[in-house]
Amino acid sequence: MSGLIIDDISMTFQLPGGGSVEALKNINLDIKEGELMSVLGPSGCGKTTLLNILAGFLAPTSGHSRLGEDVVTGPHPARGMVFQKGALFEWMSVSDNIGFGPKMKGTPQAEIDKIVEELLDIVGLQEFSKKMIYELSGGMQQRVALARCLANEPDVVLMDEPLGALDALTREKMQALVLKLWKETGKTIILITHSVEEALLLGERLLVMAPRPGRVHKEYRLPFAEIGAGADLREVKKHPDFGPKRDEILNMIWDMEEEIMGRKEG
Amino acid sequence: MLEEVGELIVTTLWMAIGITGIFLLYVAIAASCAFVAKLILQGRKKEEGFNSLKTVTFGDESSVSANRLASVLGVIAIFLLWGIATGSKFAPPILPGPHQGVATFEYTAVNAAGQSDTGTVFVHTHEEGDTPTLTEIGAADGFAVDDVVQVKVRRSKLLKAQNNDEGGKEDGFRVTHINSQPIEADQTVDYDGGSLKMTKKGSLSIAPYPGMTMEALYLPPPEQVWSTFLDLNANGYQNVGLWENVFWSLSRVVIGFALGALFGIPLGFAMGLNGWLRGWFDPLVEFMRPVPPLALIPLIIIWFGIWEQGKISLLFLASLWIMTIAARAGVSGVNISKVHAAYSLGASKSQLLRKVILPNSLPEIFTGARVAMGVCWGTVVAAELVAAEKGAGKMIIAASKFQLTDIVIVGIIIIGIIGYGIDILMRKAENRLIPWKGKG
Repeated sequence: MSGLIIDDISMTFQLPGGGSVEALKNINLDIKEGELMSVLGPSGCGKTTLLNILAGFLAPTSGHSRLGEDVVTGPHPARGMVFQKGALFEWMSVSDNIGFGPKMKGTPQAEIDKIVEELLDIVGLQEFSKKMIYELSGGMQQRVALARCLANEPDVVLMDEPLGALDALTREKMQALVLKLWKETGKTIILITHSVEEALLLGERLLVMAPRPGRVHKEYRLPFAEIGAGADLREVKKHPDFGPKRDEILNMIWDMEEEIMGRKEG
Repeated sequence: MLEEVGELIVTTLWMAIGITGIFLLYVAIAASCAFVAKLILQGRKKEEGFNSLKTVTFGDESSVSANRLASVLGVIAIFLLWGIATGSKFAPPILPGPHQGVATFEYTAVNAAGQSDTGTVFVHTHEEGDTPTLTEIGAADGFAVDDVVQVKVRRSKLLKAQNNDEGGKEDGFRVTHINSQPIEADQTVDYDGGSLKMTKKGSLSIAPYPGMTMEALYLPPPEQVWSTFLDLNANGYQNVGLWENVFWSLSRVVIGFALGALFGIPLGFAMGLNGWLRGWFDPLVEFMRPVPPLALIPLIIIWFGIWEQGKISLLFLASLWIMTIAARAGVSGVNISKVHAAYSLGASKSQLLRKVILPNSLPEIFTGARVAMGVCWGTVVAAELVAAEKGAGKMIIAASKFQLTDIVIVGIIIIGIIGYGIDILMRKAENRLIPWKGKG
């Protein structure tokens, strides 16, 4: 395992009607091994584009990223991805979904079974192993998605708003699960979110991005993820620094949104 | 041209009126059945389940389920109307049937000498194939001798009453009255079993009352169709068993469809996965898709002859494009997240194809297969109408040439039931094989 380096990445999309959009401009980041980084920003700031570039689904217009010495050129099992929804395979059982990665590698079935059982235990779905995906609730489906990603033992886990489609209560439970997984597995995790609270809770390091062109606006180092691992997340939210930080970031994003709206009207 | 268009419009209007009439009749029966059913079932059984608690049902499609009682009654109503229209033994005799049996009328004739006398005519109306025992004619008391006439049901017969009368061949001998009603040439008079008309030459054209029910030639009653079915089941038609005919039609459909799927699905996948192949095949597929298979029959016969190869080629072409388009739609329907996820989990291209794209497109492929099977079944019957040795369509067309309407109807019913059965089987298979359909 090794860190993820983003070296001067820019991404320009050509619009069909002519003209272009600078989705990302000169992004430079050095993400340490085992780091939990959340990325926050208004819509259109390029955070999903950045994640897709890191996953290898998109090639940047300039610059590159690399995991250790390996330059990202395409998708690779070392960089796992958890999607918001719709990425599970409905025609497979929970177990088969989780065991998909190892199976693709040609791992013997007995070993796959062991890996699957372990992960089912971690995400708390032991009794659902034989169920089909469509029989599960949204929260359970995301647990499967997490487990499926981890079964492949990736060095980096990229999460694209993995909890965005869940209701508030389920979301809270899942946030605790993400923290737990991070602590237990020591994976590097990059998590994109729309929720400021979630970004504060699930980020040792928090990146606030700004749009037009997509760029890193501000970076924070936060203590909450460390406190929250294994603790009650509601207690963490009562931490004296939590509220002020949340308000500060909310205001920041609010200003950005206003600026976008103003520009559009002007 | 303009005249023909005018005729077309008039025909269409008449058809619209006719259809409205039939439709209204059927709807009226449905409505009255619904009313009666409601009265009978009132308060007897409350609906249960979630739907019964919904207050908004009109407009909520999910709260509308087919009423099974209505389905059964609807089918029974069709059979009942069929029975009534054809004068079936099992239907209430609402429409009067044709006259049968013996009816008599008297005619008054005047001979050359100016004397008049009356004779009786016994009209025996009988079903085709029956031989009625005819009335014995007694000795005549005058010069007018009684007559006996045999007429088939719904047919008419000419009678020259004077032929057997004394002096009937002489000039001046003529029939003047029927049942004391005066009659002249071209006049029509009713008698108790129908009507008769005097021709210009003084003959009587006897037409027993035809009734208002339909003749078996146009539409045989249900019981006749049933007995024809039993007969076909036991003896077949033209040396080919009923189920042998059905078997041949079905085999052609299955083979033609299987070939179409075998080549169409990979072709569709190729078009969904490769730009060159999509460009290459797109014009061909889009061009062939709207061409109805029946339009290809002449070409197919010229190229492949009228035997099995021709028919299977036709069915292959009928299903190929449907399956191609279904498979292509299946590929394009794969959520890109699934593809990304599979690659991120280390799947190779062939693994992606087998483990993700193929299962993910199964719902689309199944929908296509249902459509293709329906089209194939319709096409095979039509193809057999044109040329075949054996097959359900062949049986129908052969029977129609001998006006054996009952066999035609048996054939139509069997074709309908099998087509329906195929669709039900496909749906069952769909539910079993792809339970995740629509739940992604």
